Amino acid sequence: MPIEIKLPAVIAGMTEGVVARWLKAPGDAIAAGETIAEVETDKAVLEITADAAGVLGRILVEANGIAVPVGTPIGLVLLAGESAAALEGAGGAQSKPPVAAPPRAAPAASTPAAGRVFASPLARRLAVERGMELGALQGSGPHGRIVRLDVERAGPSATAAAVPLTAPGGYTEQPLSQMRKAIARRLTEAKQSVPHFYLGIDCELDRLQALRAEMTAAGKKISLNDCIVRAVALALRQVPAANAAWAGDAIRFHHDVDIAVAVATPKGLLTPVLRRADAKPLSVLARELKTLAERARDGKLKPEDYQGGGFTISNLGMYGVREFAAIINPPQACILAVGAAERRPVVRGEAIVAATVMSCTLSVDHRAVDGAVGAQFLAAFRQLIEAPLSLLKWE
Amino acid sequence: MSKRFDLIVIGAGPGGYVAAIRAAQLGLSTAIVEREHLGGICLNWGCIPTKALLRSADVYRQMMHAADYGLHASGIGFDIPAMVKRSRDVSARLQSGVKQLLAKNKVTVLEGSGRLAGKGSVTVTPAQGTAQTLVAANVIIATGARPRLLPGLEPDGRLVWTYREAMTPQSLPKSLLVIGSGAIGIEFASFYRTLGSTVTVVEVLDRILPLEDEEISGLARKSFEKQGMTILTGATVKSLKRHADSVTAAIEAGGRMVESEFERVIVAVGTSANVENLGLEKTAVRIEKGRIATDEWCATAEPGVHAIGDVVAGPWLAHKASHEAILCVEHIAGLASAHLLDRERIPGCTYCHPQVASIGLTEQQARARGREVKVGRFPFVANGKAIAMGETEGLVKTVFDAGSGELLGAHMIGAEVTELIQGFALGKTLEATEAEFFATVFPHPTLSEAMHEAALSAFGRAIHYA
Repeated sequence: MPIEIKLPAVIAGMTEGVVARWLKAPGDAIAAGETIAEVETDKAVLEITADAAGVLGRILVEANGIAVPVGTPIGLVLLAGESAAALEGAGGAQSKPPVAAPPRAAPAASTPAAGRVFASPLARRLAVERGMELGALQGSGPHGRIVRLDVERAGPSATAAAVPLTAPGGYTEQPLSQMRKAIARRLTEAKQSVPHFYLGIDCELDRLQALRAEMTAAGKKISLNDCIVRAVALALRQVPAANAAWAGDAIRFHHDVDIAVAVATPKGLLTPVLRRADAKPLSVLARELKTLAERARDGKLKPEDYQGGGFTISNLGMYGVREFAAIINPPQACILAVGAAERRPVVRGEAIVAATVMSCTLSVDHRAVDGAVGAQFLAAFRQLIEAPLSLLKWE
Repeated sequence: MSKRFDLIVIGAGPGGYVAAIRAAQLGLSTAIVEREHLGGICLNWGCIPTKALLRSADVYRQMMHAADYGLHASGIGFDIPAMVKRSRDVSARLQSGVKQLLAKNKVTVLEGSGRLAGKGSVTVTPAQGTAQTLVAANVIIATGARPRLLPGLEPDGRLVWTYREAMTPQSLPKSLLVIGSGAIGIEFASFYRTLGSTVTVVEVLDRILPLEDEEISGLARKSFEKQGMTILTGATVKSLKRHADSVTAAIEAGGRMVESEFERVIVAVGTSANVENLGLEKTAVRIEKGRIATDEWCATAEPGVHAIGDVVAGPWLAHKASHEAILCVEHIAGLASAHLLDRERIPGCTYCHPQVASIGLTEQQARARGREVKVGRFPFVANGKAIAMGETEGLVKTVFDAGSGELLGAHMIGAEVTELIQGFALGKTLEATEAEFFATVFPHPTLSEAMHEAALSAFGRAIHYA
């Protein structure tokens, strides 16, 4: 009997995924453990490996961008000695070749992370009318079911949404990828439910830039971003109260300093995590950050690469952005938005002098971290950036 | 030492006894205080015994129409005392059922009148014997209501009746004046008319069953008039002159004063809440428009004191009282799943002939709220089961929101509609849209198919009616 390849739950909580690419074609030989396809989840592209050696007999779910539930047979593998004839009738009804994904009842109701969204028919209808994502809502009905009131309380009125938004020049509509959906849902949830406040600070970089120049000359090249990650890591050690997460009925203070770094990828924003960042010498930190960023851009992050960060840094300085405020990445309590290093006039004594200045904005979840703690963290961070020898731990 | 409870419920009607049982289920030590009958008015002098009487009237009507069904029946008649006895037996049976339920749930039942006596204590004074004082963290007042008295129309128990006398007649009055055309007035009007009394209904508003959809009110009126009832709307009874065995009523209708003589009068002009002698004066409990004011969880302004049912704001229906009982107790017990009552999802039923049942907004209310509506109608005359039953008088009317497809209201008149309305109630609770009503398979042949068709009809899709 041919063996079914079922869509695996490659990460915890995964309920569906999209076959992103087949690496084997029907007729190709497969070794046990060999990568045969890639699956896109809301977080990353993951590899599916073959359990058994054989020949790929048939593809049941094409790489067509349609999400299928975990456990769905996506292909059939012929074992040694089996001929293609064995495919007929294999996998029961599943063996019919052109497997388009089973139609899904209500696209708006799908949140892969939490599984099925329970919502009343009326709530679903109103959400569609208002262009709202049901998954982002908190249900107040029995067992958390989303009912009419939840939609009405959450969103703009139907009349406001009824204004046609079509651009006169027409448009191209891009269906949402799993990742885009997840980003939309998580950010909406975060911005709507986390009480953000913002603290800004300017750091002078001249000494740090001079130090970096010297190090580069000595063959020890590190980026400004590496230094910022290191400074954040050390500052979190000094002000551990900022290394916190909101846990609903408690505040969690992390023992390790695990820093998530936002990486822009063609498919959207990813935040791989640099573990125990405070304990790593600069050379290791720089190398690991580089690897993580590459993996993120290639869609090769493993779940352990992006799960469980304690603090996030988002740096848009390289685009010349002067300053910005980032949306918190729950359950983390803080995210640091880093602006561009630029020459600005600063007042020193009674004189105005030119200096290289970088503006940073800390977004804070006020439930977990108070203003004074955020301010202490920023002060520690600036101290480290402006007295850069304190960052040095080369090996 | 006073006895301590987690909860004391004052009043054992469909609000109070349900509260006590739910509280006991949730592990609260619970006492219930009742001064007269377990089961309250509903079970002893209201919903239940009148349904027993109306059933007798229904069977009698069927017997009168036996020939329509190819049956012979002769010597058809009725025995009023036997009818009343059956009705009382039904109440007694249910009353003992409530008693058993309370006992099984280990609810302490105390006979007497309950009264708040300072923070967390309640005194119970039995008709005979000495009062005792109990202590409880929470008190639920569920003392219900009594017939409203209007000056000059005061019941006397002999010629001018309230529902109590009306449901225990010794003989059939030849002529009857019913003042008030709400559910109670209309049910008695229907009962006595079916048995042969000459019945006149006087309603101060411009239509009978004034809480119902206007169209349904109109159909009900037509049907009752066809049965021989006299219906005067926009009319008031100015005075009642009581004689030895009759009453002369001065009725003003359409600007004219008419005097008519009736053997008996039933006054059914609403109720007054039983808020007296509860010790409320010394508490923060507020009375608004004669009823105890509460928040949405049935809590009064006095900490630990709650109120449910007819003693608070309406609609004054047994099932509303029971639902308030549940939500109030679950809230007291801190149950996370406790849910508020949506007043637009409370069905109302009137067991006249033909029956009337409804839920949600009337067409007029929906339009008044600025909703764009789609209205569906399906008559029983186009329903196979209704024709087979010989019950072709009836209509199902649906009111949907044109945009969202929400069922805003449903209004029915006809055979067994009081049993059918729960289908729309469930639909409203589940927030079904027209699509779910379309997609639901209604069994054939049933009267309920008229509900399906009425939903389809709102969107121009009825199959069996053009």
